[in-house]
Amino acid sequence: MLITTTKGEIDDSLLEKKEGIIDTENETTRWVEYWQNNELVHRSVDMTLKRNVATLAVAQPLG
Amino acid sequence: MANTQAMCTSFKGELLVGHHNFGTGVTRGSTAADSFKAALYLASATVNAATTAYSASDEVSGTGYTAGGVAVTFGTVPSTSGTTAFVTPSASISYSSVTLSTAFDCVLIYNSTQSNKAVSVHTFGSQTVTAGTFTLTMPTNDASTGLIRLA
Repeated sequence: MLITTTKGEIDDSLLEKKEGIIDTENETTRWVEYWQNNELVHRSVDMTLKRNVATLAVAQPLG
Repeated sequence: MANTQAMCTSFKGELLVGHHNFGTGVTRGSTAADSFKAALYLASATVNAATTAYSASDEVSGTGYTAGGVAVTFGTVPSTSGTTAFVTPSASISYSSVTLSTAFDCVLIYNSTQSNKAVSVHTFGSQTVTAGTFTLTMPTNDASTGLIRLA
């Protein structure tokens, strides 16, 4: 499989692949890196947000 | 029966589709849905609840990234469930074939139809991308996890 890198498309067999998952209370992050001769040539990130924004709508009591 | 003080849930939903206008001088040129965009900001930026509109200041820059970010697709109209109104983009927000070497940790969703007015700020763990794709996968669109909720 060809990987898009900083040096053009390179077959993944010629690259070292590193990947991981980081799961926190805020998000789940999946990342993949490809290295060539100890140089990072590709890094992609897929992140799912968990903590989203909510606004409380309030009806103030009268009197 | 008894009366119960409340913010009407229908009102919350209607806020999300522009039915109510308590102010003056607010003009909408169309009844069509607005367009929204998502811009990424450096970890060193200050983007928060006080942000009123998109700004290129401290926005990420790099190969393949266009200032202003990418379009956000809201293919599903806002909904209500229980006493919460909510809306979530119907597709992932994705920045393809980019190199963003300076760490970023924030995305601003803003209304590109209405003078780039700010909608919401979402922060996350600091990231960089190298000749790759940064994808923000959306949560389930419901009253508990929807991306934007009025509870």
